[in-house]
Amino acid sequence: MGFQVAAKFQGIDFYNLDALFSEEERMVRDTVRDWVEDRVLPVIGQAYVERTFPTDLIPEMGELGVLGANLPEKYGCAGLNNVAYGLIMQELERGDSGLRSFASVQGALVMYPIYAFGSEEQRQQWLPRLASGEKIGCFGLTEPDFGSNPAGMITTARKTSDGWLLNGTKMWITNGSMADVAVVWAQTGEIGDTKGIRGFVVPTDVAGFSARDQKGKLSLLASDTSELVLEDVELPADALMPETSGLKNPLMCLTQARYGIAWGGIGAAMACYAEALEYGINRIMFDGPIAGKQIQQVRLAEMVTKITQAQLVAYHLGRMKDDGTMTPQQVSLAKRANVDMACEVAREARRLLGANGILIEYASMRHMANLESVYTYEGTHDIHSLILGQTVTGIAAF
Amino acid sequence: MNIVVCLKRVPDTETRVRIDAEGTGIETDGVKYVMSPYDEFALEGALRAREAAGTGEVALVTLGDAASGETLRQGLAMGADRAVLLDGTVTPDGLATAKAIAAEIEGVDAPLVLLGVKAADDDQQQVGPMLAVVLGRPCATGVVEFAVEGAVVRCERETEGGTEVLELPLPAVLTITKGAYEPRYASLKGIMAAKKKPLEQKSAIAVEPGLVVERLELPPDRPPGRVVGEGPEAVPELVRLLREEAKVL
Ligand SMILES: Cc1cc2nc3c(=O)[nH]c(=O)nc-3n(C[C@H](O)[C@H](O)[C@H](O)COP(=O)(O)OP(=O)(O)OC[C@H]3O[C@@H](n4cnc5c(N)ncnc54)[C@H](O)[C@@H]3O)c2cc1C
Repeated sequence: MGFQVAAKFQGIDFYNLDALFSEEERMVRDTVRDWVEDRVLPVIGQAYVERTFPTDLIPEMGELGVLGANLPEKYGCAGLNNVAYGLIMQELERGDSGLRSFASVQGALVMYPIYAFGSEEQRQQWLPRLASGEKIGCFGLTEPDFGSNPAGMITTARKTSDGWLLNGTKMWITNGSMADVAVVWAQTGEIGDTKGIRGFVVPTDVAGFSARDQKGKLSLLASDTSELVLEDVELPADALMPETSGLKNPLMCLTQARYGIAWGGIGAAMACYAEALEYGINRIMFDGPIAGKQIQQVRLAEMVTKITQAQLVAYHLGRMKDDGTMTPQQVSLAKRANVDMACEVAREARRLLGANGILIEYASMRHMANLESVYTYEGTHDIHSLILGQTVTGIAAF
Repeated sequence: MNIVVCLKRVPDTETRVRIDAEGTGIETDGVKYVMSPYDEFALEGALRAREAAGTGEVALVTLGDAASGETLRQGLAMGADRAVLLDGTVTPDGLATAKAIAAEIEGVDAPLVLLGVKAADDDQQQVGPMLAVVLGRPCATGVVEFAVEGAVVRCERETEGGTEVLELPLPAVLTITKGAYEPRYASLKGIMAAKKKPLEQKSAIAVEPGLVVERLELPPDRPPGRVVGEGPEAVPELVRLLREEAKVL
């Protein structure tokens, strides 16, 4: 801190949005930014090519307080507002989408449902440990045959004399192999009955539960993506999250995570734009910096424009979330627009970097590859188009 | 054990400095301000000493304008217990600053006063030793690590090629430099808690500065580099120039 030789990242703020953030919000952002600069950027390239998640960063994230940071202090969380939470996601994703994915899953998809739909015992048991990073969680909604359409899920939970019996397979589960606890969504009624879907808090060491690493990924390499198999998993009655009553509950979790992703995309895009700008200024070709050529200036102008637009969307969405007026459809717009923006910025940055742009020494291609997952998970880009389409036309086109 | 840490709000060390119209200060527009990094070491040292002692408070004192409140809250977020903002003008005169701070510290029951070895903006290294003189307390400068042992504080300083160990009776003043005290991150909970910690704002006593800045100039542009050749054949010429022209060999 203060003694780095390389120029420290100062953020991208073409519209002086800093003036709109409170002092605390800025302090939170700058703290996470410094941490990412010091602790993540030096190791993430190596972790990526080795296809490992840098697990030693987990307790550090816990100590900083970034896990479930917008949940109450009573459960060991930082109790931040949603704008500060969004800024955390932005800064984590400036490091790597895998890191932000870890924090999104832990906070928005595991801690949030336990907080919002769990019993007081479930909250007490899990939230402080998940906040500190002592325990890791995963969220099992997607199945091999039910991705964009989770309503059709075939993982079942059947009532037994003293609890529940779960059977099924969940796929593409972030943190799946390293998780201590899984929030699993299963059908308790007839297949296809959206009101029959319930959430369960499943310790991953129960008999019949297994996780298998997803091999062959070309995106989000510094992240654990796994398949979960539940084979006659017997759970006590109190494994059920009592306040879950249908598909709307996992969708509420997704709204939380998508909100963070809308900010995360900005972080990834900032990393790529800053890299492209610096490279463009220093790379001499045809006797001048390539940033002095009109084509590259168009690229950079597009990037800074898109980032600025995305910042305004995220900022206002955050204020609406804190006011309690935000709708899931508004989150869809932001997730869709900001991740698409990040994909474009990453790809253009990679191109500006020429051959160097394909190397792991630079961040743009890593972000570019990662963002294809971000584009796909938490509702694909297309699914958000259909949500918006339905919102404006009143006609569902799924 | 109570400890006072004096700190200063300075432009981020990454700032590209521009001289203002009067030619005596820097353009402050668009400049990001931070706690002087040496003061961060001092604060970290104080927090660890308080943790080791298990009791006492760490109080922060700064002389500056209202914006310095943000820097104090940063220190509170890192773990200090309370803060005092002495509202006044910071001049380049270290003695004026030392007197203003001393007026506050004299009334505080704190056997240890810590400062950064220097402020990262003006690099003067004056305030710490001058504060010690005004308070009539012993002073060790450029301390890399210290430990309070009963009524004394033992300090390590790095000297050319070795280490010097000093012992000072309390109360004492130490200026801290880079060494054992890599500053912690403010935790996000700490940032929230900082809001509830006391931050007292009072007018600094007026001290007429004994020195003024006449002129501030940026260093002249460095002459462009020269390519003396390529490959191993260029080495003899390079060595000759380094020896005869640059005189660095
Ligand atoms: C790295 C990674 C991590 C993930 N982590 C998790 C996790 O932690 N937990 C979890 O539950 N899930 C997770 N997922 C799963 C993710 O949410 C799903 O992949 C996503 O919902 C899409 O489902 P699918 O892959 O089955 O694609 P499909 O639903 O089969 O979609 C295939 C294509 O068809 C399009 N499409 C689908 N329906 C329509 C339609 N009606 N009209 C037009 N086009 C349509 C889609 O947009 C897409 O282009 C993760 C995925 C990835 C890649």
